[in-house]
Amino acid sequence: MKYVDVFRDAKLAHQLAQHIHQQADPGRHYRLMEFCGGHTHAVFRYGLPALLPDNVELIHGPGCPVCVLPVARLEQALELSRLPEVILCSYGDMLRVPAGKGQSLLKARADGADIRMLYSPLETLALAQQHPERQVVFFAIGFETTTPPTAVLIQRADEMGISNLSVLCNHVLTPAAMHAILTPSEGEATTIDGFIGPAHVSTVIGSEAYAPFPRQFGKPVVIAGFEPLDLLQAISMLVGQLNRHEARVENQFSRAVTPDGNPKARALVEQVFERRSSFEWRGLGEVPASALKIRPEYARYDAEQRFELSAPRAREHPACECPAVLRGQKRPDQCRLFGTPCTPDNPLGACMVSSEGACAAWYRYNRGRIAMQERE
Amino acid sequence: MSRLDLINGKVEMAHGGGGRAMAQLISQLFAQAFDNEWLAQGNDQAQLSLPAGRLAFASDSHVVSPLFFPGGDIGSLAVHGTINDLAMCGARPHALSVGFILEEGFALVELARIVESMAQASREANVPIVTGDTKVVERGKGDGVFINTSGVGIVPEGLDLSGDRARPGDCILLSGSVGDHGACILTQRESLGFAADIRSDSCALHRLTQAMVAQVPQLRCMRDPTRGGLANTLNELAQQSGVGMQLEEAAIPVIQPVQAVCELLGLDPLYLANEGKLIAICPPEQASMLLDLMRAHPEGQAAAIIGTVTADPQQFVQLRTRFGGNRLLDWLNSEPLPRIC
Amino acid sequence: MCLAVPVEVVALTGPGRALADMGGVRREIDVSLLDDLEVGDFVILHVGFALQKLDRVEAEKTLAMLQQMAAQQQ
Repeated sequence: MKYVDVFRDAKLAHQLAQHIHQQADPGRHYRLMEFCGGHTHAVFRYGLPALLPDNVELIHGPGCPVCVLPVARLEQALELSRLPEVILCSYGDMLRVPAGKGQSLLKARADGADIRMLYSPLETLALAQQHPERQVVFFAIGFETTTPPTAVLIQRADEMGISNLSVLCNHVLTPAAMHAILTPSEGEATTIDGFIGPAHVSTVIGSEAYAPFPRQFGKPVVIAGFEPLDLLQAISMLVGQLNRHEARVENQFSRAVTPDGNPKARALVEQVFERRSSFEWRGLGEVPASALKIRPEYARYDAEQRFELSAPRAREHPACECPAVLRGQKRPDQCRLFGTPCTPDNPLGACMVSSEGACAAWYRYNRGRIAMQERE
Repeated sequence: MSRLDLINGKVEMAHGGGGRAMAQLISQLFAQAFDNEWLAQGNDQAQLSLPAGRLAFASDSHVVSPLFFPGGDIGSLAVHGTINDLAMCGARPHALSVGFILEEGFALVELARIVESMAQASREANVPIVTGDTKVVERGKGDGVFINTSGVGIVPEGLDLSGDRARPGDCILLSGSVGDHGACILTQRESLGFAADIRSDSCALHRLTQAMVAQVPQLRCMRDPTRGGLANTLNELAQQSGVGMQLEEAAIPVIQPVQAVCELLGLDPLYLANEGKLIAICPPEQASMLLDLMRAHPEGQAAAIIGTVTADPQQFVQLRTRFGGNRLLDWLNSEPLPRIC
Repeated sequence: MCLAVPVEVVALTGPGRALADMGGVRREIDVSLLDDLEVGDFVILHVGFALQKLDRVEAEKTLAMLQQMAAQQQ
């Protein structure tokens, strides 16, 4: 596969890892957060921690829109799906996420709710046209990568005059979340030294969007591509900056990320959505100006306007350490609930909910290694 | 008796009712296609003379959607499925039964196509369909057609294959590329919108397995990684035998379009279904000979040694990645879904 | 988070639509978020939409840099 396989070359990876070994100052500990869930996935899929020196530690951030979606919002989607006229459409990622009382979208489907999985949001247009007597609701989630497609959907529905389609909008914003992570909670200063910036979000928002972080917090940000060689190169660039006491934005993913990103996509998003004053993130709590809602001009496509939805407050498990894990203050295995009873099959908190959550990735990929080490 | 309208006719409740309509369906469609002395007798059962040896007995139900896909259909899948279940213990499949649950309104032309496909699969495998049953459910209560096949076979003397026999040090072999059937079905789902040149690998493996057990009777076990894929099936075997496994990612064959579909949908080919592949576990000193034998067979051309059995009280199935790191191949609760994150 | 892959544009099939290919797998995709797309371009594909063009010159540069870094280790 072009532009994919070459960035997965194992020999180059080992040599890059050696380079990092040489770069890393043995007297220092480097704590680097990869914000994006896809990066977390890649880190573990290719076994990168094993290649890195012990003093270069990767902390797994909250860049997984499935994990950070509050249970209350999922329960709104479930509530809608139970209305007989509704066809609820969702990406595959959300189908098995547990809500309260052991519920999930898949279980609701088994109970008779009309829930359909889609790959592209545009599939809802044909569905709405084929079923004029039903209400098609699109359960929209995702960071800035996934938002422009939803914007296109709403504009297209408007152009086509479709009246039986609406969107339950849960789009969230990356820089706001990064800001929340870097802002001390309960007086504790952040322990993160630098960020590996998300790959695909950055193709839309551009590398310039991260400029405030080095300015305000003195932390370097290196945007990395999706493949293991990209990640290793970005880690090397971060270690380099930290060694030289620099803090600036660098772009490793230059083949797809420009300073300005995709202005056309952003303009479209700006037309359709506006910022919520605040949004509750699972694990991070209330974060100001961190999420989007549909503008009044498109209110007829807003499921929150079309339907009367309750706003239940979901409570997290009292021993859940997701807030600390998401901020990089604790490792997954340092949470009392990790592994027992909190597992990918029985997730109790945000970090275990999807395979990209820090705890789920750790559980999937690290257990074997730790067990082997314990035996040796 | 009037002729069945196999062009424009539809399945009716009467076809499952035990009366003339059902007899017509059986004689003009099933018996005609499957064409053997037992069905011709028209009894409720087939009386068979079996060669000596232990009896192997297997059953498989099929609910696949879509019904027709590149490389097969629900019919050929059903025939291959039970033949393979029998074949995995080294048995020589002897005869099959088929049970149809048809939905009222299902087009007879499609049923005829499925039946012909089953007949062809049965003929090619030389395993007759000797008895069966048909029921019809009301419109809306079925997915067109559900099929159950069951079968008997004979296990030659001296063979003792079982999933609990794997031992640390044994070699794990795979007969060919993984993920083909699962990826094929996914790309056939119209709503996903993908088009790919991927064919299901559905095929009968009994000739391959018989050659394998003839040459290597000390084989510990064989299993076909159907639903759940290679990773889940290996976890099953690891647990049954109380062992761990260490696999080599670079050794597991995956064809490019399957890899591409998995990249596009965020799936892992090791967890996708296979319908014409098998896993074999054998003592290490037999591995090389077994591999050569498999590769010489049409169903095993891309066979490979993919790992070894280890001593592991936690019964983990681990994968050494191309990068040299190790990762766990977890035993998943359910089939992976396409993701966007 | 976002699962996106580089795919090749093999045909422009209508206003804002194109046929994309990755490793022999094809899908019609929405390209309305990009301008001046040509057959043979590579784009980043996410949920059926092309979000950004792949700069092939930059891709080669990145690869060259990686190879250089690696060569220093030998």
